[in-house]
Amino acid sequence: MGGGTVRIGVTVFPGSNCDRDALYAIQRAGAEPVELWHADANLKGVEAVVVPGGFSYGDYLRPGAIARFAKVMAPLEEFASAGGPVLGVCNGFQVLTEAHLLPGALLRNTHMRFVCSRALVRFESVQTPWTSLFEPGDRLTLPVAHNEGNYFADEKTIAELEDEGRVVLRYMDNPNGSVNDIAGICSEGRNVVGLMPHPERASDPTLGFGEGLKVFESVLSFAGIKA
Amino acid sequence: MNIQETYSSLGLSDFEYDRILELMGRAPNYLELSLFSVMWSEHCGYKNSRPLLGRFPNEGPRVLQGPGENAGVVEVGDGWALAFKMESHNHPSAVEPYEGAATGVGGIIRDILAMGARPVALLNALRFGPLTDERNRYFFREAVRGIGGYGNAVGVPTVGGEVEFAPAYSGNPLVNAMCVGLVRSGDLVRARAVGEGNLVVLFGARTGRDGIHGATFASDELSEDSEEKRPNVQVGDPFAGKMLIESSLQLLEEGLLVSLQDLGAAGITSSASEMAAKGGVGIEIDAALVPLREEGMEPWEIVISESQERMLAVVEPEKAEEVLKVAERYELDAAVVGRVAGHGDLRILNGGEAVGTVPALYLADAPVYEREVIAPAYLEEVQELDLEELPRPEDYGSVLRTMLAHPNLCSRRSVYEQYDHQVGTDTVVLPGADAAVMRIKGTSLGFAVTTDCGGRHCYLDPKGGGAAAVAEAYRNLSCVGAEPVAVTDCLNMGSPEKPDAYYQFASCIEGMAEACESLGTPVVSGNVSLYNETEHGAIYPTPAVGMVGVFRDVSLHATPGIKREGDEVLIAGNFQPVLGGSEYLELVHGRVAGAPPTPDLVPEKAVADAVRRAISAGLVDTVHDLSGGGLAVALAEMTMYGGIGAEVQVLPGGRQDVTLFGEVGGCVLLAIPGEKLGELEGHLKGVPYTRIGRTGGERLSIAGLVDASIVDASIDELRAAYERDLFERYAPEGGRFE
Repeated sequence: MGGGTVRIGVTVFPGSNCDRDALYAIQRAGAEPVELWHADANLKGVEAVVVPGGFSYGDYLRPGAIARFAKVMAPLEEFASAGGPVLGVCNGFQVLTEAHLLPGALLRNTHMRFVCSRALVRFESVQTPWTSLFEPGDRLTLPVAHNEGNYFADEKTIAELEDEGRVVLRYMDNPNGSVNDIAGICSEGRNVVGLMPHPERASDPTLGFGEGLKVFESVLSFAGIKA
Repeated sequence: MNIQETYSSLGLSDFEYDRILELMGRAPNYLELSLFSVMWSEHCGYKNSRPLLGRFPNEGPRVLQGPGENAGVVEVGDGWALAFKMESHNHPSAVEPYEGAATGVGGIIRDILAMGARPVALLNALRFGPLTDERNRYFFREAVRGIGGYGNAVGVPTVGGEVEFAPAYSGNPLVNAMCVGLVRSGDLVRARAVGEGNLVVLFGARTGRDGIHGATFASDELSEDSEEKRPNVQVGDPFAGKMLIESSLQLLEEGLLVSLQDLGAAGITSSASEMAAKGGVGIEIDAALVPLREEGMEPWEIVISESQERMLAVVEPEKAEEVLKVAERYELDAAVVGRVAGHGDLRILNGGEAVGTVPALYLADAPVYEREVIAPAYLEEVQELDLEELPRPEDYGSVLRTMLAHPNLCSRRSVYEQYDHQVGTDTVVLPGADAAVMRIKGTSLGFAVTTDCGGRHCYLDPKGGGAAAVAEAYRNLSCVGAEPVAVTDCLNMGSPEKPDAYYQFASCIEGMAEACESLGTPVVSGNVSLYNETEHGAIYPTPAVGMVGVFRDVSLHATPGIKREGDEVLIAGNFQPVLGGSEYLELVHGRVAGAPPTPDLVPEKAVADAVRRAISAGLVDTVHDLSGGGLAVALAEMTMYGGIGAEVQVLPGGRQDVTLFGEVGGCVLLAIPGEKLGELEGHLKGVPYTRIGRTGGERLSIAGLVDASIVDASIDELRAAYERDLFERYAPEGGRFE
């Protein structure tokens, strides 16, 4: 890995609440976690960025709608355009769609209730920096916790996502009504990934779920190759 | 309004007003009267409860902080400590359930924060009237949404709790919220104002008119007019709550604060006067310096407003600027609003000019009412129960499914799935087990926490019910493998001015205190909610017990689900179930009657301790508390949770419905591989136990002594009943309830 430890950033917006969990998982994966404060337009030289879950700006107006205007987002968008690995989890996924780094939108769950449970998911396409250690068809139980996890996009976009192999993760038992059971997608360049389930919550065998850590280990091997 | 009308409208009695005159030596002005009104309310002043609360034991080897602070604190080990407390938000929830519940969560989080602890777990104890009533369904749905709406957003996992339904709670739901926080014992903060000349900083949300006289409202019975008190209900802003958590923790970490206090009931008045009284100093607050949400607020409104998401800190003058900067980083309003003074008064200024002055000690010293404890007439009558009057069920399997589908016994999944119970990545055992189990990151340590209370039991036998609530919490923690340490409580009662309710109150406390002494679990914090009455009468006495236990090695814990085929199934404890006060008696026979099982605390402790030692030794991983619904329901839960069936033969003697559905304290179910039985017997020395069957297959089969099969149901059939969604209409087999 070129010498030093790989540095992975985690954005912290007012109201983010999975930031500490993401920082912890990154550390467990063997990388150096770096906090990226929303008001600083500076990615501090990290090699990958996680936009964590939570309720940025209270989810007021619409989840992610205010966070996308935070100062940290300008360098993040540049980083993403240059091919840098970016992972949005839950509210982070919502932020990335609001910022148009990913297509589509996350609507209210069809049953209109917040849902916190464990979802069985299947890896569809693994050719992203965040999923390279998985095999297509791998099944995993990942925690979900959201009020707006119902992925939606127009038919043309959905067809593109499917045709281009950009559906990364699919629910085996859809908890929120998302189109085509979509739980995660990637950008055209494949470097930006959005996941509704929480891999950082499944990164510690003490809690009964350890396999999510491979998401963070994947980006390490990717970053390692890059270095 | 004449003066009597004025103080009456503020909830003060003639006696209390005379006392104020005597203390002050003059007539108070309206602002001063408002200060007394909120601080001498039952909610803030504990007028009816203080003499009774003195009965609780408060000390123990692990106790770092007992009652009197914002929360109790116990030691875990390796320098870690847990701060915890439970509090009611019943009255606000009865008129505006979403905000009432949400601000209940926000308030208890701030109590924990004020100890310097990071809030890491939330629980709630909820009671509603039957779901057959539209209004009860509304209370239930909105209270659950409110708890989720606040807890989920602030990022503190809601890991456990309880919900029960009974007609006694119709129109007067109970919403009790509990929070546990984690802190290094050296970093504990206390709400004591010290240092004349130090500054008082208010930070958080702006102050508005919400919640004015909320504490007074919470100290009265609910009535038709309560709807009009909707403006007395505070409105929560979880986003500001989250910012308040992070900013407070940063301020403490950087050593910028002398002391910290949350603003809850009675707002600035309560926080400032308590800090002053504890520190033996005075505090001056200039209402004109308080950042306001709306215009034209009077000083008295500003100082008693219960606007949420605010904290008050005492700060050395040279650090004030840095404190304001930290608040700004979190986009919170903050201002220096006053100073610590030598005079011992709570003095309210308006633009530098004094508009009210009351010695802080007077406000902290509400009058105390000791009342006579008179045994109510109803007790003897309700305890009568003739078993011969009760028809024996024809189909026990059908009865079991009916019970599993009842709102009091069915799965709580549809509730806890609305709460984020995993944020923070410390939740080791997910909701649905006997207690929540949490780890402490970077250590092998952990803790478990539970809330328990049988309202019906406390109604039928207040003293026994109080003891049983403590015993059940002790047993639940032991069933997951944690060493029970200490208790917080939330005593929900009717009007203390009515003899029946006062007797229930006093007797529940007596029972709890005896159990706490006997089990070695002192009460370190708590809250009292009286006047839980509507025009239809009082609620069941409901002294909710929140108990915390600790693990040296959290990986050695147990859960109820069956893990393997071929395990031996055992009952540990003296299994002598009775129908008095049981779920079965109410759900199937429509009776709330009989004498519930009397807790026998010595064997209770022996069983729980033995089981816990077996878990800690890594011997047992499948354990379930035997409680509501009795043996059949507990066995059904073990099979459903684990997805593995069991074949069991019930024990001899008496009616089969008593054996299957009767209830008893001090009993625990275990499943363990046969080859480990010998070793387990060593741990169970002196504790009665019986082997009742074996795990395996996909059915729960219970054989009687006479009948080869009295229950035989597939796990899928059991789940079809048990896994109902409490927020959806439900058509039962028997059609008796929804």
